[in-house]
This record gives sequence, C-alpha cells and structure tokens, in this order.
Amino acid sequence: MRQLFDFNGGVKPDYHKDASVQRPIAVSPAPAFLVIPLHQSIGGTPRPLVAPGDHVLKGQRIGAADGNLSAAVHASTSGTVSAVEMRRMPHPSGLSALCVVIETDGKDEWGERQPFDYRNRPREETRDYLRDAGIVGLGGAVFPSHLKLAPGKQGSLDTLVINGAECEPFITCDDLLMRERAAGIVRGIRIMRELLAAHRVLIGIEDNKPQAIAAMQAAVSGSGESDMEIVAIPTRYPAGGAKQLIRVLTGIEVPHGKRSTDYGVQCFNVGTAYAIHEAIDLGQPLISRIVTVAGNVAAPRNYEVLLGTPMRAVMALAEPLPDTDRIIMGGPMMGVPMPGDEVPVVKATNCILAGSRKLFPPPPPEMPCIRCGECAKACPADLQPFELYWFARAKIFGKAQEYHLFDCIECGCCAYVCPSRIPLVDYYRFAKSEIWAREAEKEAADKAREHYEFRQQREEREKQEKAARLAAKTAAGREKAAVALASVTSAESATAAPAASPEEDAKKALIAAALARARAQQAQPANTTGLTPEQEAEIAAIEARRAAMREEIRKQARPHLPPDN
Amino acid sequence: MLTAILVMALGAVVLGAALGYAAVRFRVQGDPLVEKIDAVLPQTQCGQCGFPGCKPYAQAIAKGEADINQCPPGGEEGIRKLADLLGREVKPLSAEHGVEKPKAVAFIDEQICIGCTLCIQACPVDAIVGAAKQMHTVIAAQCTGCELCVPPCPVNCISMQPIVETVETWKWKYPIIEIKPAPARIS
Repeated sequence: MRQLFDFNGGVKPDYHKDASVQRPIAVSPAPAFLVIPLHQSIGGTPRPLVAPGDHVLKGQRIGAADGNLSAAVHASTSGTVSAVEMRRMPHPSGLSALCVVIETDGKDEWGERQPFDYRNRPREETRDYLRDAGIVGLGGAVFPSHLKLAPGKQGSLDTLVINGAECEPFITCDDLLMRERAAGIVRGIRIMRELLAAHRVLIGIEDNKPQAIAAMQAAVSGSGESDMEIVAIPTRYPAGGAKQLIRVLTGIEVPHGKRSTDYGVQCFNVGTAYAIHEAIDLGQPLISRIVTVAGNVAAPRNYEVLLGTPMRAVMALAEPLPDTDRIIMGGPMMGVPMPGDEVPVVKATNCILAGSRKLFPPPPPEMPCIRCGECAKACPADLQPFELYWFARAKIFGKAQEYHLFDCIECGCCAYVCPSRIPLVDYYRFAKSEIWAREAEKEAADKAREHYEFRQQREEREKQEKAARLAAKTAAGREKAAVALASVTSAESATAAPAASPEEDAKKALIAAALARARAQQAQPANTTGLTPEQEAEIAAIEARRAAMREEIRKQARPHLPPDN
Repeated sequence: MLTAILVMALGAVVLGAALGYAAVRFRVQGDPLVEKIDAVLPQTQCGQCGFPGCKPYAQAIAKGEADINQCPPGGEEGIRKLADLLGREVKPLSAEHGVEKPKAVAFIDEQICIGCTLCIQACPVDAIVGAAKQMHTVIAAQCTGCELCVPPCPVNCISMQPIVETVETWKWKYPIIEIKPAPARIS
C-alpha cells in the first residue's frame, strides 16, 4: 500500500452522487441547431474557418487555433453553417461572443478520420496535432493540453498524476467515464506518458468510487502497463484540486509562484486522457463530452453531449422538476450561474445542475466577520481567507496579492464553513478580476507611453533634419549670390565703395537682385509684354465693349442727367 | 585643545570628501518623483490637463506647478493614487479640465475619410495609419481614446466609440445584496 499524504483543510459536504450513477452514460441526441462558441479554452479566440452556407462534416475544423496558447474547435455533427454570429455564452456575465451556428442534417456524417502515428512523429508535431484536435483540460480549467505535454528542461518527468478524484458534489461524469471507458483512458494515459517521458503514473481516485477504481484497475492490468498505479484516496473536498491531489499522492507541496513541473509532476484529468486517446488512436477531435445532469431533476444521469447542444435540450432528457429556476454550470461549490437555458454545452461543462429555491435556498443575510478563523482552518490552499476578505472588501488589492490571492482555487470551503455566511469566494472573484483589469490597463498605459516617447523622438529628429536641410539650402544660395556679386563688382569696377566683409557683400547682392526683380515687375505686369497683334486687337475690342457698357449703366442710373460730355 | 580641533577638522574633511564623492558617484539620473508620478498617470496623452502629454504634467506636478486633480481620464482613482504618492489631500476632479468619461477608442468612417493626414499628425501615440489621399484607419489596440484626432478632421469622419465589455474583459461585481422589488400582492 502506497503511503499517502494529506492536505490541510477541506470539507465534507453531502455528495449527492448516487442518483446519477445508477444508469449508464446515455447519448444526447443532436439538436436541430448547434451553437458552437469559438472561444472555449484558455488563450486566444480561434478564428472562424467557415462561412454561412458552408456544409460541414462531423469533426471538421471550424475554428483555427489563434497562436500556440489556444485550441481549435470542430463541428460536432454534420450539417450546414447557418450563421457565424454573436450568441450568449455559458458565462455568468451573460455576454455574447462569436459562435458558429450549425443546422444539423441528421446524417451525423464523419469527415476523414485517421489515427495519428505519434510514435514515429516528432513530439512537436504531435503537440500541434493535439492543438488542432482541440484537446483541452476537461477537469474544468480548459487549459490547452498540448502545452502541458512538453517534458520540460530535464527531458523527462518524474510523476504523471491522473486526476480521477472528482470531489465536487453532484458531479459523476468522470466516475461513469472510468467505469465504462477505462481501457480508452489507459490508452490515453500511455500516450501522455510517452510524450512526457514520465517515470511513473499515479491515478488518484476518491475511495467513494469503488466501481471506477475496480474498472481502472482491470484496465491497467489488462493493458500490461507497469508503473501505472491506481491509488484510492480519502474522500474529502477538494481532493480533486490539482495541487491538493499532487500533495496527497506524492507529498510534494508546490509553493507559491512555482509550477508542479518544477518538481517533476504534471497533472491531467481522466476525461482529458480519454479525449487524447480518441484524437490519436481514432482520429476524432474533441466534439463531445460527458456531462452530468443533476440537481432538481427527476432522472439525474450522465449524457454524452455534442459540444454546442443547448443546455435546455440536455436538461430536458433528465426531466427537470417544475420549480427549477436556475441552471448552474459545474457543481454547487465552484459552479457558476448561467444566464439562461439556451446557452450551449462547451468543453468546460462537466455538469448541468438544475437549481430551485428548495434545493439551494437563498443564503441568509451576510453577517459581520467575527474573526473565528474557521475559514483559515478549512482552506486547502493554506491561505488566510479572512485577511483576503478584508482586503478585497476594502479594495486594497495590493495587500490581497501580498496574501497570495492568486493561489486561491475558489473551492468555496471557506464560504461553506463561515458562520457569518459571508460569500467569501464572490469577494475573491471580484478582487481577482479587478486586479486583472488593472494589470491590463497598466500594460496598455506602458505601451502608450512607449509610443508617445517614440513619437516625440521622431518629431525631434525630423525637426533637426529639416533644419539641416534648410541650412544646406541657404548655404548653397549664398554661394550662388557670392558668384553673382563677384561678376557685378568686376563689371562696376573700382567705383564701388571699399568692400566690406565678403559675407556682407553677398547679403547686399542678394538684396540688390531681389530689389531689381521687384522693380522690373512693378514697371510692367509680366503678362502685358510680348503680345501678338491678334491678342492686342482682342484686348482693344474688350476695352471698347467695357466702355460702352459703362456708358449704358450711367444712362440707366441717372436718366435725367445729360450724358457726360 | 589643538589636538581635539585637529581631530574634528580631519573628521570633517574626510567625511566631506566621502560625501562629495558619493554625490558624484551615485548621482540619480533624472527625477525619480517624475517617473513615479508618470507611472500613475493613465498615459492617454490627451492634454486635457493643460500640458502637452502625461510626462510634462508629471513634471509640473513634481515642481508644484500643477494640481493633482487635472487628469480626467485618470478620474477619481487616479487622483487618489496621486494623493497617496504625494501625501496630499484627495480632491474632486477640477471641472475646468473636463469630466471622467467611459473609455472609448476613435473610429474612422472610411466611406467619408478623404485622406488628409491631419488626424495622423494629431495622434500622440501613432495609432492611426494611412497616407496622403489614402484612407486612414485607427489601430484600436493602440488608441488611448484621447480624442485629439477628432477636432482636426475636416469632414467629421472620426467618432469615439465606447469600449464594449466582452466575456474576456467582464469583471465580477462587488458582492452586494441585491435589493429586489417585493412581488405585487394579489388581492
């Protein structure tokens, strides 16, 4: 038996998991319209590759990864693209983002599927392939997996941790996946292990899932993998947090500001392992996922759902009770409220939790913090939640960061134990997003300063260049004038006044020349000399007409007066 | 007596020399206070404060020639930060320098633009691209929203578009208890 370690804090809420594990995974039918958001992972928003009217096949790439920190998105079934437009996202803000809307044709026709021979290709290529297959972490963080599959500087990894803990109440999608598709998960783990050159693999599963543990054990022994160990870990929320699981399995406590890879450990979810297996061995990109539908429903169950299916359609399969008044994506501890029931299932959707006032009564009013310290006892990240709360509440964000606000995993243990019912996590989320916004602002300001200073420099340089050009021109002009002066003085001979300095002479010559030109101009307008006889005749005729007209006007204006002489 | 005076004099000379050397050796280039103030300013470069940019305004504040409440883009919070930095009282934004507005970026209506380059010359951060008699456009990511390009445009084709919130820039709100109207009583 492997020695296990422990993390501090944590809570033991009611798990409510039994209801949704009674029946096997069912397939959720394709809806009439799929709404596939382009931005479904951490990182850049993929750019659309299809236009309205295009016919797409199942698994066809419809959004290309934007840079390396991004992952592609695919059509979940075959059909016709009816729009590429802004639709409401499964996000607490209720804001819209660019989505590809596909009218499904019911044929469910696959595009070309080819297994990827990762053993005979460079690792770099395999990672690019996984990026283009849209593989992201399915535990909830949706971080692009190809970025985590690099073995790092040492060239190998000590431990690959596979996360099958699934600690959050109500959610059972990983449990069912392990029960039913253990062989695929093990295949995926083997691929990851080879890509990472990991020495050993530890698969952590909470001990409240004996069937999943048995299925995984059977799959591991059936595959003949050595050094791949299933570890049953004590059930305590949040044992499924990456840092908590690593600590329980290996005893390594990843300090603030470090990554687990610095200690030779990398962690993946079992769902991600299965998605990698499908992508590499079957050539199927990530187009569906297992979603638990639970909470205020008559028949909680797990469904394999095509990404882009409206949550309403999936929830309808589980027969929501009439008093359902809200949808939560995720579990009751970490989930976020959805703005409506038409929002699509995305890669991050592990659970659709129907809620009602009876199931989740509104929290009693927030009372003042009594400094009891219960939250600090419960915090699995070893933070001081009450300090973070005070700073976030007072908007002293610098101090909150000093107390390692960003190490908070928003697990909700502190709020769960708080006797004053303070929504602590809401304060942390508020503080985090404020800090991010400020950092973005600061970055923009720094860039603006740089641009401004560059422009100042350029203007200064241009001014100098202009001055230099002008000086050169003046010098050239003076030289010319000096030459002219020399000729004039030689012609006028010695009668001229005794010569002053040559520079003054040049200036005088310039002035004299300009004066002469002006005088010539005054004496006779330039356009009245050298005319042809015809032109002169024409001018005379015009003058005559003009005189006649003047006479006429005078007569009309003063008819009683005799004409001028 | 004489020894004591000599010792003290020698000490004064040695310490004076050391201090003089240090003053030359460790001289601070530029004014660190100006840099600090400039770091707090929003770098909009709009000139609403009455100075031709954020840096000149920072210099003026450091010299005591300008007050801390002349920067409308910085707003309330900017004033608070400056007050913290300089140990002064927070005061409301001076009305004569403008009012705090939501952030916006310039937008050129390319159908109307005649390609006169006047806006390009006005832009303090080179955020407008284009050439004479060629259509111009704003690089939205670089635009600080200073509005300096708006008045020079002879055909009024530049408008300020407020920045809309997206899923990426959305912020969690300060947790407050929502006050909902009581449901109407059924009689």
